[in-house]
Amino acid sequence: MDFDYSDDQKFLKEEARKFLAAHCDVGVVRGVLDNADRSFDQKLWKGVTEQGWLGACIPEEHGGLGLGRVELCAIAEELGRAVAPIPFASTVYVLAEGLMAYGSDAQKASILPRIAAGEVIGCLATSEGPGVVGPATLQCRVEGGKLSGTKIPVTDGDVADIALVLASEGGRPGLFLVDLKGAGVSRETLKSLEPTRGVAKIAFDGAPAERVGDAGAGFEVVQGILDRAAVLLAFEQLGGADRCLEMAKEYALGRYAFGRVIAGYQAIKHKLADMYVKNEVARSNAYYGAWALNDGAPELPVAASAARIAASEAFWFASKENIQVHGGMGFTWDVDCHLYYRRSRQLSLVAGAPKVWKERLVAELEKKNAA
Amino acid sequence: MDFNDSTEEAAYREKARAWLAENAAAHRAKWGELKPNTPEHMAAAKEWQATKASAGYACITWPAAIGGGGGTPIQSVIFGQEETKAGLGYGYFTIGLGMCVPTVMAFSDGETKKRFVSPAVRGEEIWCQLFSEPAGGSDVAALRTRAVKDGDEWVINGQKVWTTGAHYCDYGILLTRTDPDVPKHKGLTMFWIDMKDPAVECRPIHQMSGGREFNEVYFTDLRVKDSQRLGEVGDGWKVALVTLMNERLAVGGSAGPNYREIMKLARELAGPTGPSLKDQSFREKLADWYVQSEGLKFTRFRTMTALSRGQTPGPESSIGKIISANQLQELANTAVEMEDQYGILSDPEVAPAEAAFQQSLMWAPGLRIAGGTDEILKNIIAERVLGLPGDVRVDKDVAFKDMPTGR
Repeated sequence: MDFDYSDDQKFLKEEARKFLAAHCDVGVVRGVLDNADRSFDQKLWKGVTEQGWLGACIPEEHGGLGLGRVELCAIAEELGRAVAPIPFASTVYVLAEGLMAYGSDAQKASILPRIAAGEVIGCLATSEGPGVVGPATLQCRVEGGKLSGTKIPVTDGDVADIALVLASEGGRPGLFLVDLKGAGVSRETLKSLEPTRGVAKIAFDGAPAERVGDAGAGFEVVQGILDRAAVLLAFEQLGGADRCLEMAKEYALGRYAFGRVIAGYQAIKHKLADMYVKNEVARSNAYYGAWALNDGAPELPVAASAARIAASEAFWFASKENIQVHGGMGFTWDVDCHLYYRRSRQLSLVAGAPKVWKERLVAELEKKNAA
Repeated sequence: MDFNDSTEEAAYREKARAWLAENAAAHRAKWGELKPNTPEHMAAAKEWQATKASAGYACITWPAAIGGGGGTPIQSVIFGQEETKAGLGYGYFTIGLGMCVPTVMAFSDGETKKRFVSPAVRGEEIWCQLFSEPAGGSDVAALRTRAVKDGDEWVINGQKVWTTGAHYCDYGILLTRTDPDVPKHKGLTMFWIDMKDPAVECRPIHQMSGGREFNEVYFTDLRVKDSQRLGEVGDGWKVALVTLMNERLAVGGSAGPNYREIMKLARELAGPTGPSLKDQSFREKLADWYVQSEGLKFTRFRTMTALSRGQTPGPESSIGKIISANQLQELANTAVEMEDQYGILSDPEVAPAEAAFQQSLMWAPGLRIAGGTDEILKNIIAERVLGLPGDVRVDKDVAFKDMPTGR
């Protein structure tokens, strides 16, 4: 049994924490939060590139480090803990992982080296309005290699260079690679709950589009990419949830009310114990997801769903109760609790809400049971 | 990250499997299907324990010189897994070997150890733990059972409650009050006692679930020798903490139906808008239970990993019972409601799944209390894992006899 980070992976994680402590303190996060013109921190993005994190799992032949997925999970956990304001998930978990899983050799050779070099920001464009997008509602169309239609919201779509866009071609859904700097693309930055991540509306009007994966398999390819991303996002959520528990604990140990520290009151202690329980359930499920992702195991759909459900619940609970423990101070702009509350919402929604993943999990269990 | 055994672990597992294949089959062939809590079931359990002990598979982590297996914690976990897979495993010895005998080993003289440890390992003698009292449950140090010194003996009067297996146990470790004039934690002393002494009377407790697995135990002028004392006079609380530390390692795992069983039920039953398994609110609950159950399973794997690496496991295993007990209660109730009007039926001949959900519904309240209530377990996580301060103790500096008592 070897179901934990290895010593090397722990070392990498500690180094990542040190790097982020030095280069992504809360001032960096607030620099993006408080500035409507910025949706990521370019200096941090450059630093992360130099660390090799963008190409952590990209094979060496394409300019990456060729590390395993568990290493990337360790990095993700630290990014989540630091609420890093960079388009890392869109670029690495979605675009790089997506191309490695479904891209053609030419697509890999052309884009992966640029991701590793920090030259390309990615994004995933599936949603077209409120509610879940499905084959019956999909509006974006590709005809003769040209994409038309509107995607809203697209996380990191305001700064991305390349988008993976879900659209139908001749009535068959597919996933398409689109150069957002090219012709036929106009975008508008939107206001969101989480200003440290950019969100855009992107309108396509005959933008050149190149299919990724099989024709007609658009939803399956998107799901395959989201399964991978869900595991990595779960580690970001876990890192954030752990930090919330720490913040709540630190505050409760220093705050006096009725003549003693509030950390001594059972109402507070039990709240923190509940956070701990949820975080450990999330950690164990996330580890299983990491194993399935790293090994390319057939259990990935179930493992990814469980990891995402547990991590979404843990981060949501920890982020809201962290505010509660901080009392009135927790509700101010100046105290950092809301950064985590915002990020917890962003991470729970970005790859499909927990409700969707619960349905996916049960559907997978039904399949397993029927087989 | 993987789930594979190391080379040594794989070799040990192979050896254990081969041994179990041979011996478990022989055991089952001899005894057949037995009803728990019958004399035959107990006899079979004792024989199986002796068989394991003779092969070094009982108390695997204890030295061979005292009857153990001289093995490692991970070997103990591996054997336990294989024994469960082989469909064997009797619960009678868990408390004695997991909690009581380790306490005896830690606090008694060489002669006492020699007399008791090996017979306990072989299953010849079974031990129980006599701590909880009507006035000392979560606050066990508030216990009132009195031990009074009389020459070289102590005279004990009082009552214990919720003692698992007291009626079939041979010996027990008993926490008593020897000095009511000092604050509660300072006036306690631990003894080992003979459960078959006529001054010890066991009365089964009729539980709300209908079963009678626990006991009240009464002591009327029970005389024990001073040599039966475990630890110093007044040090009983320290001794009890050693026992309870072992409890956290011994108690674990979950019983009763889980997400698989309720999924099976939901597939078969009609709900208000179609098959129950297609009911969206049920599917969300099912997903949550799956995530919790798997979370606990993988948490155990993390603990095993630490053992496998020769490290001390982290505190993560402390989440187990809070989750499993609450889930059992909610899952059982959801199943019963899913059966609609039929859910009220508890006859195993009539109710789905042989009334497993109805039985769990009635058992779950006990599970949320036994071995530390939800609330005490959360205090333990808050104080020992997260390092938060203990509660304000109004009884800390008050002599036990002056403490206010309610019901």
